[in-house]
Amino acid sequence: MKFYEYKAHEIFRKYGIRVPRGVLATRPEEIVDPPFPCVVKAQVLVGGRGKAGGIKFARTLEEARENARSILGMSIGPYTVRQVYLQEMLDIDQELYLSITIDRSARAPLLMASVQGGVDIESVPENRIFRMHIPPLVGVQPYLLRALAKALALPEEIATQVSDIAGKAYALFRGEDAELVEINPLAVLKDGRVMAGDAKLIIDDNAEYRHPEYADLPQDRTPLEEDPEKVNQAFEILLKANPSVILLNIFGGITKADTVALGVKEALEEMHVNVPVVARIKGVNEGRAREILAGIGHPADTVEEAAEIAVKASTGGA
Amino acid sequence: MREYGTKVVAGVTPGKAGETVDGVPVYDSCFEAVDATGANASIVFVPAPYAKDAAIEAIEAGVELLVIITERIPFHDCLDIMPYARSRGCRVIGPNCPGVISPGKAKAGIMPNHIFKPGDVGVISRSGTLTYEIVNAITEAGFGQSTCIGIGGDPVIGTSMPEALELLAKDRQTKRIVVVGEIGGTTEEETAKRARRIRKRVYAYIAGRTAPPGRRMGHAGAIISRGLGTAETKIKAFEAAGVPVAGYPVEIATLLGSD
Repeated sequence: MKFYEYKAHEIFRKYGIRVPRGVLATRPEEIVDPPFPCVVKAQVLVGGRGKAGGIKFARTLEEARENARSILGMSIGPYTVRQVYLQEMLDIDQELYLSITIDRSARAPLLMASVQGGVDIESVPENRIFRMHIPPLVGVQPYLLRALAKALALPEEIATQVSDIAGKAYALFRGEDAELVEINPLAVLKDGRVMAGDAKLIIDDNAEYRHPEYADLPQDRTPLEEDPEKVNQAFEILLKANPSVILLNIFGGITKADTVALGVKEALEEMHVNVPVVARIKGVNEGRAREILAGIGHPADTVEEAAEIAVKASTGGA
Repeated sequence: MREYGTKVVAGVTPGKAGETVDGVPVYDSCFEAVDATGANASIVFVPAPYAKDAAIEAIEAGVELLVIITERIPFHDCLDIMPYARSRGCRVIGPNCPGVISPGKAKAGIMPNHIFKPGDVGVISRSGTLTYEIVNAITEAGFGQSTCIGIGGDPVIGTSMPEALELLAKDRQTKRIVVVGEIGGTTEEETAKRARRIRKRVYAYIAGRTAPPGRRMGHAGAIISRGLGTAETKIKAFEAAGVPVAGYPVEIATLLGSD
């Protein structure tokens, strides 16, 4: 589950991580009292909105509304912009980087930080990025923050704030079932405050049931992920793509092949599928499955055979 | 599993103590089940929201092997389960896996019995269906399997691919090892490194050669993976370690046959 920038900021705020002030608007007229000077930012779930013209600056209410008008309704990638976030412009002295994510190899959360934050973080040499795993059973302990402070070698009043944010970011990571908490830049302002200049948050889809508060947020999911169980819907989605042939390959463990075959048969009949369907279903009662499918599609024994039949069928050979 | 010779001695469902399923007694808790039967392994099927509870209960009750079949467990729960299990000396397989089987001996899992045959090929796999596909091909080619471990495809798993490789490397019945990987993460690259150091012949297949790049996990994802994690880098890593890589699943059987 990905979050719009404004929503991510809201959640960061909840955990006591300082973020820029901002207001959300869906129409230019709604904008009355944004912080000035401000950045008008398109709220979409993809990157590259700056290049697409989805980020503009404003110093007056006129400008803010004008820019909002031009950004709202704009297409960025597959999305149409429905909301803009007007965010206070920061007077940044230094851009740091801080993130917590899951390191699959170590099977533990990984804290990463660098004094060379900003857009080029991915090209920062490895030895300039602090990384340390957080033992999940005990969480962030003081030794970890000491190591972080030493590695970043920042002035004490900055380091204290960075450590504080790291601890809170971990609380957020655990508390919200996050896959990724990323602050880039972690901005050191001219006035000495440290704040999350940008906040990226991805939450584990499997943990959605623990976060009903996010259930109504728009999601960037593909239709297949919405409801993988229902054979009917799967076919519906496939048919939308106008296929020349449909190849079905199932090798079930405890799945009953004949039950699946019956489901497929029903779906095919109900939906008037008129493209060839090649089905290879293995599992419990696979013989029965073959019989069921024999009348309606092209059954196959192996994946190779199924692929060959499918290719032939799609080129009009079967 | 019983059909396969596994001694299934107890079931656990809170509130159902005293009932039996197919002649197997049901208990209220893992503690009672272990007390009454001496069970030393547990297999978890409970739905994702209750899996952590079930896993920790089984570990506390003293089982040495915990196979978690359940899929879609929040990985934050696994962040608690896995190190806790390790601290208590319990080996975890999974979650989101088909389990583990030693053909002809025992099975703790949900894989279809009929495709397996006792033999000397060890199999390690991240994917359920692909395991069946490859095992089926191995059996049809006239070989058999020593032990097949479905390690699961989740971000946080109990037994990693390199660990499973070490286990099979030490297993006396296993003479050759087949590794079935997928794109994403760097576990195959690490397994390839490990494969250099073991004496047994290792073979690999990597699923997802034609898949488009996966979703981006912020800058952090890119920094961690350092350009690794694609089918190409995994295949290269295995080839560099002298591990033959099959172009498609059933080709594994051909490779086994040509050695």
